Amino acid sequence: MTTRTTNPAPELRVEQLHLAYGDRTVVHGVDLTITPGRMTALVGANASGKSTLLRALARVIEPSAGRVLLDDHDLHRLPRRLVARTIGILPQAPIAPEGIRVADLVARGRYPHHGLFRGHRSDDDAVVASALSATDALELADRRVDELSGGQRQRVWIALALAQEPRILLLDEPTSALDVAHQVEVLDVLRDEVARGMTVVIVLHDLTLAARYADDMVVLAEGRIVAHGSPTEVLTEQTMRTAFGIEARIVADPDTHRPIVVPRARGAAPSAQ
Amino acid sequence: MKQRGRGAAIVVLALLAAVVASLALGARPIDLSTVMTAIVRPEWPTLDPIDAVVVRELRVPRTIVGLLAGAALGIAGAVMQGVTRNPIADPGLLGVSAGASFAIVVGLSIGVSGTLPLAATALLGALLASAVIAVLAARPRIANAPALLVVAGSAITALLVSATQLLLLSDPEALDQYRFWTVGALTARTLSDALALAPVLAVGAVVAALLARALDALALGDDVARGLGFGVRTSRAWSLVAIVLLAGTATALAGPIVFVGLVGAHLARRLAGPGHGMLLPLSGLAGAALLLVADTLGRLVAPPGEIEAGIVVAVLGAPVLIGLVRSRLGAAL
Amino acid sequence: MTTLRALRRRDRTRGLIVTAALVLVLVVLSLLALALGAVPLGPAEVVAGLLGLPGAPGSEFIVRGVRLPRLLLAVLVGAALGLAGALLQSVVRNPLASPDIIGIAQGASAAGVLVLLTGAGSAAITGGAITGALVAASLAFLLGGRGVSGARFVVVGVAIAFLAQGVLGYALTRASLVDAGSAYFWLVGSVGSPSWDDIGLVAVVLVLSALLLAVVHRMLAVQSFDDTTARALGARPVAVRVGAIVVTSLLTAVAVGAAGPIAFVAFASGPIGRGLRGRGPALGTAALVGAASVLAADLLAQHVVPGSFQPPVGLVTGALGALVLLVLLVRDDRRKEHQP
Repeated sequence: MTTRTTNPAPELRVEQLHLAYGDRTVVHGVDLTITPGRMTALVGANASGKSTLLRALARVIEPSAGRVLLDDHDLHRLPRRLVARTIGILPQAPIAPEGIRVADLVARGRYPHHGLFRGHRSDDDAVVASALSATDALELADRRVDELSGGQRQRVWIALALAQEPRILLLDEPTSALDVAHQVEVLDVLRDEVARGMTVVIVLHDLTLAARYADDMVVLAEGRIVAHGSPTEVLTEQTMRTAFGIEARIVADPDTHRPIVVPRARGAAPSAQ
Repeated sequence: MKQRGRGAAIVVLALLAAVVASLALGARPIDLSTVMTAIVRPEWPTLDPIDAVVVRELRVPRTIVGLLAGAALGIAGAVMQGVTRNPIADPGLLGVSAGASFAIVVGLSIGVSGTLPLAATALLGALLASAVIAVLAARPRIANAPALLVVAGSAITALLVSATQLLLLSDPEALDQYRFWTVGALTARTLSDALALAPVLAVGAVVAALLARALDALALGDDVARGLGFGVRTSRAWSLVAIVLLAGTATALAGPIVFVGLVGAHLARRLAGPGHGMLLPLSGLAGAALLLVADTLGRLVAPPGEIEAGIVVAVLGAPVLIGLVRSRLGAAL
Repeated sequence: MTTLRALRRRDRTRGLIVTAALVLVLVVLSLLALALGAVPLGPAEVVAGLLGLPGAPGSEFIVRGVRLPRLLLAVLVGAALGLAGALLQSVVRNPLASPDIIGIAQGASAAGVLVLLTGAGSAAITGGAITGALVAASLAFLLGGRGVSGARFVVVGVAIAFLAQGVLGYALTRASLVDAGSAYFWLVGSVGSPSWDDIGLVAVVLVLSALLLAVVHRMLAVQSFDDTTARALGARPVAVRVGAIVVTSLLTAVAVGAAGPIAFVAFASGPIGRGLRGRGPALGTAALVGAASVLAADLLAQHVVPGSFQPPVGLVTGALGALVLLVLLVRDDRRKEHQP
């Protein structure tokens, strides 16, 4: 990215947040502060509320109770365009219009910076180019999005989010449908952005990957936070039992010393812990 | 970018050709210089008075009606496709035009008369039908299966058409007058009607133009659109306004016509890509060209009688829709 | 094991109850249809008229000559349309696809009107309707892609429906005003002018279809899976689909030929039948629902609407059917909201 402002990164926080679909409450009274400038992974079993929580942070859904705060301002009261310039979201199943080219898709990320009379200008092109090069997708610029591989496509969508020049980037399972090489590709790009001062909140289902890349981990179970802290603090056999309902062994990665989760085989003796 | 310029040029040229054909061809073919003379200098001494009448009283009005209605339907089709994320949406297919025409026939039977009041009833009918479609299209089950929306629209259309026919039955005079209009024809309205309604169409077109960026964002999914700072509900509401103004007025002018929006928007997208900044105006131009071509063909196929433009479009447009569905586009349904 | 048996028993009981209830409704409606009218008849007179017993002399004519044919036509046409709709919906795996939406009914109407305008008699009109229905169905099937998902087929069907409407429009604008009037009237759907030939034809086709479906109904259950799974289970989904479409077309065509295209009965009977029965495809229930709907709609149209104008039954079913459609489309989604 080009110059990042030297302002301190804004802080996203939720207070006593309740989220519901219709009459079904999915997130119950969650308090959470997202540390700026770091990568926070939201993990948990299916239907634990992690995607819902992310969407609330992105202002996509409204709280049924409680607040979402951006630097102590209520997120839902801030002007829409301002929020879009600060927070970027990559949802789980983004839709690309038929026949669109990569450069045009990424260019749409500049909309929050356009006004009624200010359209796409040459400095927008520069931002698009640097977003593409940050995701190593510059040579794909003229290709059609629907012709790309899964990993390439995810990188292009991340480039769109980066083109918004957000300070906070929220991603909902960006690696689900990717093979391991592409998963690592995408997470490396995100790590680079964090190094440049971006705050990243990412929902991941692969715990080991989350532990390897994230600075903080938040474990959700049935709409509540059951653990929050560094990956080593959070990923314990007890957490695996409470949040995921499985017996697992935690092993240290030989290179990074981060935890690796190894579910126990059926019939193996349960550990003493 | 160059491809877009080329695509735009193609559509503009096609439209010009269609206008020329509409003015020159028919049961009585008139060459271009005579057409120009009749329009610009009707008192020219060597001008055949019959030619002058045909051009000025018959061909020019229907060409203008065709331009206005076709452009309106084309733009409405593009907006509908963008806001429902459905590549086969069309105001005729989804019941908006049927709603407008039903409302007009209701208006007639309760004594409403005059171009603008009838057009107002058309807008009301279009609004009701569009609202139903909008509610349905927002449902996740339908949003994920575009074919379902088309089915729902076709069912709504069938009901409205049947109700319209019943109303016409109860009033034989109305039946005689309006059975030609209800199949979609460019000859049912006068030039002054068309000019009176043109401002409404212009407003609809302006609303649509202002929505171009929002439609681009909506195309990426509701979540991404919100993430880019667009209000999804407000954009949808304004799109509804544009569709009602454009499709409702087009129906008031030319009766309920299907497929023009669908095919016009599809052609425009093929030629110029999915960006709505170009797509909306090009869809309008393409829709106008298509409707004029259909009208001209209807005149040429069975002289001295003619087949109404709406029928030609229905018969020719159905294979296009079928072709669309069978192509790669259909795989996404 | 016992739970499975218990479930099956419960399912069968439910089927019996639903069928019995619908038959009861039909009997009550039929008695009303025979008794009510310009000359109200008491139950004794109705029975006397039906059996030809000596009683009030006029009642035999009224019952047998006027009301019974209308009643029979309504019931048979309703059953045929209900069955046709339910069959197609289950085979195409799309609850919103039905012969009155994917062009079969429109093809039948367009051809029927074209024949009607030549002044030919009722038999020719029915023949035209059958031809039109089969042409539309064949086009939809051939162009919609064999063995491919139901969605494409449905949209192609809608395209054909609009094409047929165009042809129909052409016929209506070329005809004389009087002819156009009778064509419009026929198009809205009415059981008001029954002929015994029509009734016989619909009855024959309905009974034959019912027999055929009773024999192959197990194949239809497998059809509810996607084609790959169905083939893995040993079924032949494409052949079943073709057969079902032919049967649907015939049923629709004779019904439309006899009474015009009565809106929405084909579409709505399937989902209502499935809802009552608790599981798909519920073909028999759908047929009963269709019969009861048309009969009830006709009674409503005849006796409930004030004044001497009797709306054709097609408009009543149209209005109610549209409601069913909207409810159906709106209802299902509460279960399928976003996954967290």
